[in-house]
Amino acid sequence: MTRIGIVAEAPGETRVAATPTTVPKLIALGYDVVVEAGAGAASSFPDAAFAQAGATVVDGAVAWASPIVLKVNAPTPAEIDRLADGATIVATLSPALRPDLVEALATRGITAVALDAVPRISRAQSMDVLSSMANIAGYRAVVEAAHEFGRFFTGQVTAAGKVPPAKVLVAGAGVAGLAAIGAASSLGAIVRATDPRPEVADQVASIGGQYLEVVVPEEEKQVSSDGYAKATSEAYDRRAAEIYSEQAADVDIIITTALIPGRPAPRLITAADVASMRSGSVIVDMAAGQGGNVEGSVAGEKVVTGNGVMILGYTDLPGRLPQQASQLFATNLVNLLKLLTPGKDGELTIDFDDVVQRTVTVVQDGAVTWPPPPVQVSAAPAAKAPAASTGSATGSTARKPMSAGARTGLIAVGIAALFAVCAFAPPPLPQHFLVLTLAIVVGFYVIGHVAHALHTPLMSVTNAISGIIVVGAMVQITVPDLTVQILAAVAVLVASINIFGGFAVTRRMLAMFQKGETR
Amino acid sequence: MTAVAGQVAAAAYIVAALLFILSLAGLSKHETSRRGVAFGIVGMAIALVATVWVTAAGAWGDPAATTGLILLVAAVLVGGAIGLWRARVVEMTGMPELIALLHSFVGLAAVLVGWNGALYDAGLTGALADIHHAEVFIGVFIGGVTFTGSIVAFLKLSARISSKPLMLPGKNALNVGALLAFLVLTVWYVITPELWLLVLVTLLALALGWHLVASIGGGDMPVVVSMLNSYSGWAAAAAGFLLDNDLLIVTGALVGSSGAYLSYIMCKAMNRSFLSVIAGGFGIEAPKGGDEQEGEHREIDAEAAADLLANASTVVITPGYGMAVAQAQHGVADLVQKLRERGIDVRFGIHPVAGRLPGHMNVLLAEAKVPYDIVLEMDEINDDLSGVDVVLVIGANDTVNPAAAEDPTSPIAGMPVLRVWEADNVIVFKRSMASGYAGVQNPLFYRDNAQMLFGDAKEKVDEILFQLSRS
Repeated sequence: MTRIGIVAEAPGETRVAATPTTVPKLIALGYDVVVEAGAGAASSFPDAAFAQAGATVVDGAVAWASPIVLKVNAPTPAEIDRLADGATIVATLSPALRPDLVEALATRGITAVALDAVPRISRAQSMDVLSSMANIAGYRAVVEAAHEFGRFFTGQVTAAGKVPPAKVLVAGAGVAGLAAIGAASSLGAIVRATDPRPEVADQVASIGGQYLEVVVPEEEKQVSSDGYAKATSEAYDRRAAEIYSEQAADVDIIITTALIPGRPAPRLITAADVASMRSGSVIVDMAAGQGGNVEGSVAGEKVVTGNGVMILGYTDLPGRLPQQASQLFATNLVNLLKLLTPGKDGELTIDFDDVVQRTVTVVQDGAVTWPPPPVQVSAAPAAKAPAASTGSATGSTARKPMSAGARTGLIAVGIAALFAVCAFAPPPLPQHFLVLTLAIVVGFYVIGHVAHALHTPLMSVTNAISGIIVVGAMVQITVPDLTVQILAAVAVLVASINIFGGFAVTRRMLAMFQKGETR
Repeated sequence: MTAVAGQVAAAAYIVAALLFILSLAGLSKHETSRRGVAFGIVGMAIALVATVWVTAAGAWGDPAATTGLILLVAAVLVGGAIGLWRARVVEMTGMPELIALLHSFVGLAAVLVGWNGALYDAGLTGALADIHHAEVFIGVFIGGVTFTGSIVAFLKLSARISSKPLMLPGKNALNVGALLAFLVLTVWYVITPELWLLVLVTLLALALGWHLVASIGGGDMPVVVSMLNSYSGWAAAAAGFLLDNDLLIVTGALVGSSGAYLSYIMCKAMNRSFLSVIAGGFGIEAPKGGDEQEGEHREIDAEAAADLLANASTVVITPGYGMAVAQAQHGVADLVQKLRERGIDVRFGIHPVAGRLPGHMNVLLAEAKVPYDIVLEMDEINDDLSGVDVVLVIGANDTVNPAAAEDPTSPIAGMPVLRVWEADNVIVFKRSMASGYAGVQNPLFYRDNAQMLFGDAKEKVDEILFQLSRS
């Protein structure tokens, strides 16, 4: 039974890597869970609740000495020293931005798993902390903006006068952006959104926002192949900047969420744009920690400009909803550990053939394994081109449509054969063929209009009707030959079952079909 | 007397044939369907009364005829009683089995009528005798194939034997060989009418029928059942030729063509040709690399599902065979009623080959008193699915598989499917992660908007109902 240590975060971080809800899930995976005393205090999870959930509350040294350590933020060098030899640490490591941290972890046989390096593929969604934290941050950004903003978000007509709704611009419709759009529009604001990826337009509309498309002539619209927005072209940037300038002068609140992985955040809102905003307007720069989308924003601070615009550069937005953030973070962790513990036996194994496990592991047994080979997300429309040409990929599904000539030929042969049979057959036969042919044609036309839902009753009626073969048996039953009579009697018997059973069951079925109004 | 009876019978047959056509026509709409059945019953009654009368009139006073008439009445009474009893007690989930079994009776009757035609020499000579012999053979052959084919279908549908396709080496060659052998035997029999040839062809037909259906898998059953329906019609038509009876020919041809048309609809719904269904099931190509399709699915519990439903404004339910197996239709109907009482728009989307019988799902839902005007077919609902809040997939798999639309290398590529993945949320009721009948992985389960609700469909639906009534 491997021990998992949940350690307390540095002061200022309110989240915790496990909650009383996720502890039993970790135990179910075969682990022994210890929690550093006070680790959940800032998220309102008291030690007693952890103990009740099955964890052991221990002091920091014991928690840090566990073979597996779960943490929210990246460890400091001092904390890395507290890890046991050969331990595994799972945390948010931002390996692309912090090569120094990766180097520092590559020591003493330590294995480091970066939760924020989960590839953006469908099956890894359940462990993607960036998405879950971005979702919370987007929501919180709206709450922060509403807190600073001196007016309603929603429009109202009251006895004391008419209140116009607030106008909100959300730059970047990723997870955080969409969460912000949803939160702002449910508060009643008019929400507009920008994003370099035109395919998000529907998503924006679906949660109540209006997508502002950057129309750039002669340019291939950007479609991301790895799920993140890419850096944009020059012509695009020029047009986008115009849009931001127009919008800044019009809206009351701007929330920027634009991030490009492994690069400083793009500058979207210039100082001139900020200066054009009305006094009392609020800007939330969610990318302040990565350099900021807004000129003049300061990471972790609230700045009030000369014209009375507030720029919020908070970098701890998820941590401002500690209970929620801890819960989602801890659930992501449980999902990752489920993947890493295939036997549910408390044995952590990392399978490098699995793309998710390969990507998140930045250090294995003291050796750096970052960066991983690139992963492609399948959502790109380029993949649809071959889909259009549905060909004979598998022999049995391919159907060769008959050429018009062959079809006409077949019909001609059929008619000729029918003609030959009728022309040369002795008397009763041609007449029978006439009846047969006409009946088949009538059958096809009559059945062609049958409602889908009535296929089963139709089948049981045709079944009952085909019991008409009883007529044949009845005719034979009176001939002076006992064998024939007995055989005919058996035939009559089974055919009667058919007739009576078929009609009765059809009636029973049809009696059950009823229209909505009659209920 | 006899002549009059014959004329009256002929007239009655024309009326009966017309009533049968009206009967099928009536079944094309819900509003006229009951009238359609009434037409069918009246037509059948007229045909039977006329036949009995002409038989009795033709052979009155003959001791053999008296025996025959007694046998006839007894057989009709016993057969009718059995039929009515079965029709009364059958579960709606058991409809496919019942219908398959009934088809086998027609096949058996056709074989017997054919044998009688051979055993009792009607005194024909020359070309007519040859034709008579050929007709006996054709009737027995079609009847035999229908008989054993339906029996196998019945056994498979009622799970008495495994529904896996039987894979004999060179099975297509076997089928074609049986047909050729039949042709050879027919010619032989026409030249020298020997009884052992008839025995041989009967055995051949029985074996072919068995093999034909045994080598088709469970999910192709809608095609098989409608195909057997068609065969039973052709068997009756063949008997009509044999007995010189136009009513049998008309009725047989009606049933035969309607069955063939249904088969065609089913095949189209699976994007497969009739021949490829006969030639074998999906599973033949080795299931290709499951690895890349594999992934992480998300689970949901009944409480969360109830929550999702309670907050939805439009819900679509797409049931499949699994709903029939779990007998969940009543729970589903209650759920629909609850949701509709809350003002939620609930509809059903039915794939043409859902279940084991054409229209199977409709019958089950009707049994559970779901109004039929909210039960829509695939083409009616597919374009609306993108605006739906929650789709419940209950016991369906291949009919909602996005691979059919998106992955050209998939064995089910090109099969029209319900595009449930376009909805905001999809909840899949499923026992486990096993693949469906076609043996194809379903990427739907790994979609971001899909969540799995594992367990018995009936229990889960009841749990959701419980949660809904609490909130």
